[in-house]
Amino acid sequence: MEALLQHSTTAAAGRAAALAVAYLNHRRGGPSRGLVLHAVTTATAQDIDNVGRKYHLKLVLEDILEKDNIVNCTAEILYHLGKENAAPDVHFTIEGEFKNTDEQDNIFYNRIKSLKKELVAQNIPDSHGNVPPEMEPIRLLARVAAGYVIWQNSTENTRYELAQIKDVRQVKRSDDYLEFDYMVLLHEFVSQEIIPWQMTVLWHPQHGIKVTQNSRQPKHAEY
Amino acid sequence: MTHVKESNSELVTQHYLGKTSENRTMYYLQISQPSNKTKKIIWMDCGIHAREWISPAFCQWFILQNYKSDPKIIRFLQNLDLYILPVLNVDGYIYSWEKERLWRKNRSSHMNGTCYGTDLNRNFNSSWGSIGVSYNCSSDIFCGSGPESEPETRAVAQFIERKKEDILCYLTIHSYGQYVLTPYGSTTKPPSNNEELVGDENFGPLEIIAKFTGANENAVPILNLQMQVAGKAATALMGKYGTSYQVGATSLILYSNSGSSRDWTYMIGIPFSYTFELRDKGTHGFVLPPDQIQPTCEETMLAVTAIIDYVDQKYFPSGGVILTSGSLGLSLCLSVVFTWTVF
Repeated sequence: MEALLQHSTTAAAGRAAALAVAYLNHRRGGPSRGLVLHAVTTATAQDIDNVGRKYHLKLVLEDILEKDNIVNCTAEILYHLGKENAAPDVHFTIEGEFKNTDEQDNIFYNRIKSLKKELVAQNIPDSHGNVPPEMEPIRLLARVAAGYVIWQNSTENTRYELAQIKDVRQVKRSDDYLEFDYMVLLHEFVSQEIIPWQMTVLWHPQHGIKVTQNSRQPKHAEY
Repeated sequence: MTHVKESNSELVTQHYLGKTSENRTMYYLQISQPSNKTKKIIWMDCGIHAREWISPAFCQWFILQNYKSDPKIIRFLQNLDLYILPVLNVDGYIYSWEKERLWRKNRSSHMNGTCYGTDLNRNFNSSWGSIGVSYNCSSDIFCGSGPESEPETRAVAQFIERKKEDILCYLTIHSYGQYVLTPYGSTTKPPSNNEELVGDENFGPLEIIAKFTGANENAVPILNLQMQVAGKAATALMGKYGTSYQVGATSLILYSNSGSSRDWTYMIGIPFSYTFELRDKGTHGFVLPPDQIQPTCEETMLAVTAIIDYVDQKYFPSGGVILTSGSLGLSLCLSVVFTWTVF
């Protein structure tokens, strides 16, 4: 079978697609599911007078942990004109299904619940790209939460990826939720900046994720 | 590098290029089959940005190939010398290992030692300082105090300038994103309403007019040809593990920038100038896991050899006639301003 060259998207479409994926991770991701952009099939943009620019995207997504799980997605993104502080509107539909992760989610949940001491970790992945297997759900959870942060802070001229978890600490809770305080590094493509960001994340296997607090942090003095 | 030089001493020689901001020595390796023939040059540099570790890993991989037994390599080494700079930004690279994994720039000192680093890939003399840069040292895209303000930039630029008549191809290796990028970083017209933003195999997503600042007229048809060759490289790469790369002009498919090494080499007349952005697309980004190093190097090798092969066949067709880039431009006979139209 001859390899077909993938279509190239314009820079703007690429940024819109990355935003769509971040949003999708926020809405559909979990400690056992991370979504990755496999391809952009089509992309068009439309100027709407006095409102903003709307992108229509057809995407193909892949599940990080289930490489064969490919899903088609249509997304509509509206970047608001003149309201750079407003998060873009995102709507999506998914064709097909993701693999059910209830079992792995519960295993992760019970494992953390039964830890004698609250979880604390740094540098996920480490400098060489290694992630201990027991930290993989912690990493995927950060991706879900970062998806929210990225969505809230994206404009037509930004493209964010989660680069690394610098620090994560579990916070003890009296209710059923797991709580993690993350310090992550986001990579912004256009400015090439590495931006530290704090996120407080609540998660429960049945109730899903909540980012209760998040704030951009100043660059380290070393920079 | 010394080890490679010693185990392949007839083919591989090490040469001084210059000094870094922190006074470290920059060396390049010359891979050259001894012969009486006049050779043309392929230049490849890695590690212009400190945190892009897969890039120096690739140069190292490339250097460790077996020149004596690979028939493709043997063929093009008859006509071409390979000049490899495995780590351009030595200071930054060391800093990213020892102090800060996601450091990008070099380590030159500014503002009385209160701020460090220039983005070397914004520091070349190609529309320097015009777009996609910051004039603020604390930015990761700080373009420096002037074009070629950095010793690393000067070391590379002066060398390439001296040898430019003989250099057919300039490759600069980065990560991440999975792109093969052609010039320029800074000249496009934005799409109009409802235009398709995804290109077909002919790479025609937008109507663009390529502007040239003093480069020769043959640059235009060569730009189009460049795209085709980049396409061949991406196709070859994909053949190995199915990894898909996008191909196009930086300003079109990535972002606007100025002062890049690749734009500069193209502007001074090196026809096949490409930036590679290696794996991945953002899942791991700069911090690629170890199990992806080898596959990335293997597939990238196919892309790079596809380009070198093309250049070899073009300028040294079997029959031994040597084409210069000037005669190549004339033989293509295309118009000066070209448009790619939306389908």
